[in-house]
Amino acid sequence: MNFQELILRLHNFWGQQGCIIQQPYDVEKGAGTMNPATFLRALGPEPWKVAYVEPSRRPTDGRYGENPNRLQHYYQYQVILKPSPDNVIDLYLASLRDLGIEAEKHDIRLVEDNWESPTLGAWGLGWEIWLDGMEITQFTYFQQCGGFDCLPVSAEITYGLERIAMYIQNKESVFDIEWVDGISYADVHHQAEVDYSHYNFEAADVGALTSMFNICEEEAVRVAERQLVQPAYDYVLKCSHLFNLLDARGAISVTERTAYIGRVRNLARMVAREYLEQRKRLNYPLLKDENLRKQLIIAEEVL
Amino acid sequence: MAQDLLLEIGVEEMPSAYMPRVLKDLKDLARNNLAEARLSCGEVLTWGTPRRLCFWVKEISEEQEDSLVENRGPKKSIAFDAGGNPSKAGLGFARGQGVDFRELQIREVGGVEYLFAIKKEKGQAAEQILPGLLLKLIHSLSFPKSMTWSYYQTRFARPIRWLLAILGDKILEFNIENIKSAGYTYGHRFLSTGALPVSSIDDYFRVLRKHYVILDQAERKKMIWQQVQKVAAEAGGKAMENEELLEEVAFLVEFPTAFYGEFSPSYLAVPPEVLTTSMIEHQRYFPVYNNEGRLLPGFVGVRNGTDYCLDIVRAGNERVLKARLEDALFFWNEDSRKSLEEMSAKLKDVLFHERLGTLADKGLRLQELALFIGRETGLGQPEKLQRSALLCKADLMSNMVYEFPELQGIMGRYYAAGSAEEPEVAEAIFEHYLPRFAGDKLPASAAGIVLSLAEKADSLAGCFAIGIKPSGSQDPYALRRQALGTVNIILDKKLSIDLKLLFEQAYLGYKDIDLEKSREDSVKELLDFVYQRMRGVLLDSGISYDVIDAALSQPSFDLFETYNRVFELQEFKKSPLFADFMVVYNRAHNLSRKWESEEIDPDVLLDESEKNLYQKLPGLQQEIKTSLIAQDYTRALELLAALRADIDQFFTAVMVMVDDEKLKAARLGILKAIANLFNSMADFSKIV
Repeated sequence: MNFQELILRLHNFWGQQGCIIQQPYDVEKGAGTMNPATFLRALGPEPWKVAYVEPSRRPTDGRYGENPNRLQHYYQYQVILKPSPDNVIDLYLASLRDLGIEAEKHDIRLVEDNWESPTLGAWGLGWEIWLDGMEITQFTYFQQCGGFDCLPVSAEITYGLERIAMYIQNKESVFDIEWVDGISYADVHHQAEVDYSHYNFEAADVGALTSMFNICEEEAVRVAERQLVQPAYDYVLKCSHLFNLLDARGAISVTERTAYIGRVRNLARMVAREYLEQRKRLNYPLLKDENLRKQLIIAEEVL
Repeated sequence: MAQDLLLEIGVEEMPSAYMPRVLKDLKDLARNNLAEARLSCGEVLTWGTPRRLCFWVKEISEEQEDSLVENRGPKKSIAFDAGGNPSKAGLGFARGQGVDFRELQIREVGGVEYLFAIKKEKGQAAEQILPGLLLKLIHSLSFPKSMTWSYYQTRFARPIRWLLAILGDKILEFNIENIKSAGYTYGHRFLSTGALPVSSIDDYFRVLRKHYVILDQAERKKMIWQQVQKVAAEAGGKAMENEELLEEVAFLVEFPTAFYGEFSPSYLAVPPEVLTTSMIEHQRYFPVYNNEGRLLPGFVGVRNGTDYCLDIVRAGNERVLKARLEDALFFWNEDSRKSLEEMSAKLKDVLFHERLGTLADKGLRLQELALFIGRETGLGQPEKLQRSALLCKADLMSNMVYEFPELQGIMGRYYAAGSAEEPEVAEAIFEHYLPRFAGDKLPASAAGIVLSLAEKADSLAGCFAIGIKPSGSQDPYALRRQALGTVNIILDKKLSIDLKLLFEQAYLGYKDIDLEKSREDSVKELLDFVYQRMRGVLLDSGISYDVIDAALSQPSFDLFETYNRVFELQEFKKSPLFADFMVVYNRAHNLSRKWESEEIDPDVLLDESEKNLYQKLPGLQQEIKTSLIAQDYTRALELLAALRADIDQFFTAVMVMVDDEKLKAARLGILKAIANLFNSMADFSKIV
């Protein structure tokens, strides 16, 4: 199964489960969780089911394209099921079966993993899912997002696409993954990996990045004050990425680190609050089940 | 007839680390809740796997015991009218309680008389009580971290997916959120499908076994260890014995099958600690050794399932480990290119603590402190102490320790050896972290001992000075462990060092930093904190608490001296002389307790008995002083016990509290002087 088919099969599987198949979000981000389709939609009472591929950037993980297992840009396959269904693990296992991974032939483990994102003010409990000793998925029940309790709780399933592809195709290097017949992962991404590693570690202009961070922070606040939720969130994402770049560049001392993380977290909270208020003003359009709506609104009034 | 009760809570995969505690709590909760509900029971057994928590209570009584309920009514004064007849209030209470007014009793509470209705309540059937009891019990289980799921409010370690409760041959029904307890269980996640009907407790055990669930953790553990040993032996080696790993693996699988995997011998170039850390911590494999105790290029993994397609599982695991070892080899080679001193240059960019400066600052403080401790204890050579202190944190800057933080110190020792540092320096770098956990080894080399004490004193003094102090279960800087380590090192190595001086010196190391607390305050708090650990150590070694309290109320800043004093006291307490000793103490101490002066005017003394005591005093004082300096407490204690006859005679012959103030002062002076000899060793009023 090539890389492309892997993605198409997941789309097909989760599409059949009633997920909207969204496309990647067009702002740089460290993980699929930061896509507004997760970070914002996980907040508030409205049900939501979505699946998408997310190109994710981790500047410090760049290895100039020399390490077979590490990339500064890679893909996550992200699924959000809100509320978390009772059979969510069975669904996940069925999705693996669709990829040709039959649980009974392997050793699949759910190993405790508590996920936390200090920059997003988010945390959850769940597992790393191991396939014959290799972590292929992160599974999280979101408990808090942007500092707000999640109710209902979403289940987040994040597949490491490259790892699964390496396993299925029996490759020892991520660059050897076959994307489609005759085209490898290296053909698509290798040179960019090299270039970004040089940029992230050596070429990035610390002064420019620092002022960009400050500008984006101000813009996020300004836009959020006008209750323009997603535009404000875009600038939060930019701040987060700029922080990651400065970090990779070695420009952030340990003392400053905590302060930067706190700044991004404050922005994330601010946008989360705006989003919750906006959805309330809109009268929760995705609460289509009238009974559920009544129950939740009663619950909200009690609170 | 008594019946057995079985409860199974079906959950999504539980964190393995929670399980031992949860199973213990489950047992206690079952016992306590049943007792509270006045249901008697026999043995309680608890079991757990990743997907289920289970208990089996044997022989629960069929019904609750009857109970007496006592309800308080109105005061007697208002329950009767002026004519002594029941008032409206009195009659109303009786009616409300459903008893005849004449059956009410009058009892006094806090000096006031009240009406009481004493009713015998018939116990209910266990079957009726248990559903509510089980519900409450499940809700009262607690976990280090708990969560909610979907729309529900219930908190648990992971979502609850099914419930099974059987009393005898009946299924008990209750609900948690959308889960209704019913006569079903589930088998192994991958080797069984769908809900499995269960008709009785015996049937439950049969069903699980048939569906690849080994319910009993002890049985799983035994199976795993036997399989692991067998697989290792077949590969010509011996598996590492590691109880913690074994227990963890037992709570990661419902049906274990061990298998052997291999890796390329070229990775054996990496230090064995790196390989075993990767195998154990990251992959939960058992490392395998040959007869000479050297690592073999292989491992034993344990699969959650049968041996079906085991080759696929083996190959997958081998690949994962290979990738990890490849990284480790890369880090090892990269790190080995730099000297430890080069690595240490980066310590200035890393904070020890936000408010306590960088690791480079810590290194400078440790140099000073190590020199001080070296002087005080006579251990270590100054230049080696300084060198070790300078380099002891450098390995934190290596790639390897960044990836494997648990290898700090261990890698430092390797890199020191690789950088041609002296062997004592390399060893001290490793040993300065010791002991790393309860029961870990203590530093053995002179420089290691000194640096380990310096490291702990520096961290303790710094944290206490900015108000970081462990509270309850909160101890993020492991200060309890560091204080306990300090105590254990001093006692084990029989070091004579003044702790107060040590902590003051450590505090002074932070002279360029703005601290919250004064030296006096933080050193005092710190000494109290260390003495708490000392108390624990003494209790653990079997000293009774009164002896500890007595000795610690005369604190010496020399822990080893205190330790010896406590032990000799404890021994002396068992000796036949001890009774005499306490008589002397009590007689001397009781009257002179509020008297300050030891001054005695010999000219006013009248009786032979008091003159005798007066004359003996200087010699006795001298002898006791000499014994204490020699730390021969037993001798001092015996000398005091020997005063029994003299002091008895004194009390028989004279009255102390006479009207003649001068005479009274002289007599009290004698008693005070004697009491002070006792007080210089311990506060014997605390002895019981």
